[in-house]
Amino acid sequence: MGPGRVAWPPSLLERNVERKHAIFPARVGIIFLTPTILFVVVFLLYPFVRVFLLSFTNQTLLGTTAPNPEFVGLANYQRLFDPDRWMRLGEFGSALEITVQFVVGSALIGQAGLGMLIAWAFYRKRGVLREAVFTLVILAWIIPETVVAFTWVAFLDWEFGTLNSVLDTIGLGRPDWLFDRPLHSIILFNSWRGTAFSMLLFSGALETIPPSYVETAEVVGANAWQKFRDIFFPLLRGHILTDLILITLWTFNVFTPFLLTGGGPAKRTELVSIYTYRTAFMGRHEFGKGSAIAVVMMLINLTLALIYLASIRRRRVT
Amino acid sequence: MSRSKFLTLMLVTSLVMALVGALSASPAQAQEPVKVTITARAVVGGVNNNLAVWLTTFAIPTFEEMMAAQGTPVDVEFVEFGGGDEQLKEQYALDLSVGSGYDIMAFDGFWVPEFVGAGLLKPLAEVVGPEVNDWEGWGHISEGIQAILSYQGQRYGIPSGTDVRQIFYRKDLFEQAGIALPWQPTSWAELLDTARTLKEAGIEIPLQINAGTAMGEATTMQGYFMVLLGAGHHLYDFDDGKWIVKSPGILDTLNFYKTVYVDEGLGDARMQLLQDGRNRSFVAFRDGQVGMLVEGDWFWRSVIAPGSETAVENRNEVVGWAMMPAKEPGAGYRGQDFVTISGGTGWLINPNTPHPKEAWAFLSYMSSRDQVRAFELIQPRISFRDDVEVAGDAVMTAMANALLQYSTVRPMLPEYPLISTEIQLMTERVVSGEMSPEDAMDAFAEAVTEIAGADNVKTLE
Repeated sequence: MGPGRVAWPPSLLERNVERKHAIFPARVGIIFLTPTILFVVVFLLYPFVRVFLLSFTNQTLLGTTAPNPEFVGLANYQRLFDPDRWMRLGEFGSALEITVQFVVGSALIGQAGLGMLIAWAFYRKRGVLREAVFTLVILAWIIPETVVAFTWVAFLDWEFGTLNSVLDTIGLGRPDWLFDRPLHSIILFNSWRGTAFSMLLFSGALETIPPSYVETAEVVGANAWQKFRDIFFPLLRGHILTDLILITLWTFNVFTPFLLTGGGPAKRTELVSIYTYRTAFMGRHEFGKGSAIAVVMMLINLTLALIYLASIRRRRVT
Repeated sequence: MSRSKFLTLMLVTSLVMALVGALSASPAQAQEPVKVTITARAVVGGVNNNLAVWLTTFAIPTFEEMMAAQGTPVDVEFVEFGGGDEQLKEQYALDLSVGSGYDIMAFDGFWVPEFVGAGLLKPLAEVVGPEVNDWEGWGHISEGIQAILSYQGQRYGIPSGTDVRQIFYRKDLFEQAGIALPWQPTSWAELLDTARTLKEAGIEIPLQINAGTAMGEATTMQGYFMVLLGAGHHLYDFDDGKWIVKSPGILDTLNFYKTVYVDEGLGDARMQLLQDGRNRSFVAFRDGQVGMLVEGDWFWRSVIAPGSETAVENRNEVVGWAMMPAKEPGAGYRGQDFVTISGGTGWLINPNTPHPKEAWAFLSYMSSRDQVRAFELIQPRISFRDDVEVAGDAVMTAMANALLQYSTVRPMLPEYPLISTEIQLMTERVVSGEMSPEDAMDAFAEAVTEIAGADNVKTLE
């Protein structure tokens, strides 16, 4: 048990104690749960089963396979993982690779890194600057996606963009951000967009650290890095893990970059979410293949979620 | 009076009263206009401005007036669609699949087989009734043009026109580079030499020819087909019903793209790969940055026409046009010297419409001679009716006269749109430098074989 952790009175940990004071018998509880269970079954379980079944067919929305879909076994999955093709731009493997780069770049490094930096910079500080920075970062997080995407296109555009107007004026030329550095552009965009969550989580977590630890460290002459390494990092490890897993999950499924690049140029920013959209909702609307992608995505997400839950449990136990 | 007789009398009386009530109510109900909706990729002051203006200020008001005078008022609402063609198609697919959508829909002809195959569309005679076959207009629309919205011998709608494709060029830039006018290349070599001359004269983008997936069907029609037909063959062999997936002609075509975009930078690959590239190419042409642009006649009559946001000032003086040459004289499709391809659009009636008769009444009205003539005055184009001339645009008439004889069409098959997407991808892979022409063709052959089946594809040596 880490220092500073409150030791709970043993009686509260005993479930039996609570049971005795229960107002309703357990059976009544199930009745109260029924609406939720129904909701989950209708809106989560049923679509999941349906998508799973669809993934073994060649169902489309247009063309002759629309009214007469056939069972194709594992063909959709085999096509996704076809070793000769899957790493080509616009194929599943390539989309996965781009997504991993996007998650590492924008979530793990960008959002978590920047969030930690801002939280740390304003640790135990009050004042206008802190409020201004926090407000701006949160604003970037809560503005509707389409609005944000539009402002970023207006910012990054080669010809008319604000950024290039500025750079050009000071003689730095006009880099073609969305064309030559599309992946970097969307990583930058998504870091900007989502830093608020990590920042809030870390700054909240920092508040829980007793000031006496830091003061003691300062008395013995620890520098900023030593304080971070020996006090903050060990105490925040749990929060950091929670944050990383959650933002990985969210970033993995993020679709907004589509509004900036449409997955291009030449499919270089085609994230798995965009790949799924293009397969299932564009062209012929290949629902069968789209479902197969969705099932694989679901498994990846499930794995991430399990890691998250396991890590929470481990923290509780230790 | 016995009880039963009394009840019978009451019943009869109430029935009679109900009947009288219904009769007296029916004229009152007819006063309530029937609402019919129509949609197209057209916005007043935006894309296809002319069409939107004609519908909202002419066709719809005069129709509503006529119907009101006949005592059967109809209220027609035009729903503007401001997105791209591919997005409109998505919208239709989703709308129709859930049994909804607008009553009259502007449709690109090549979408029809895929939608019919999916059971989302029904023949016109089935949606409205057999009386559609008695419409006077059919006698004035050639078989070839009726085929635009026909599939397996059934009519699905009324066409609104066909088109041709050619090279548009800026005469001012040609003069600047010292190229003699009027200009008409007779081979690819001559076309590319002109582009090089323009480049030497400092023209940023000498030749823009469509490629890539972002441009959708514009890549296949205005880009790939225009080169491929010049290399000697079609995408599809109409005689044996097979798709040509590998050939020296395809390689020539891809190498042409490679020369233009990768090797010599005669065109701007950015425009082909970015999302809104096609609009950018229009803007660049307007601003005098593009020397030659291969486009359909829609570009002339709508994109750079007066009143459009990308209008070219003094269009008739500044912009010239030339036919797309074959690789060498006589080396084109069917041994032609010049090549082009035609598409076509039109209007369909939604099988889910609650008012098929009224929708048909408006559709046939807007396709009547007087209405089509009125549209010609707003936007001169190749008319679908043989009793309506191209009105007052000598350039449009000249393009039609020169090019229709060389034209061909896409195969009307449900597989076509998928294969077209593979074409766009193949050109994208070459233009972006991702693949060599050989590798791109191999990937194309593999994908098309998967789509059409090994029995329906062939290789030309």
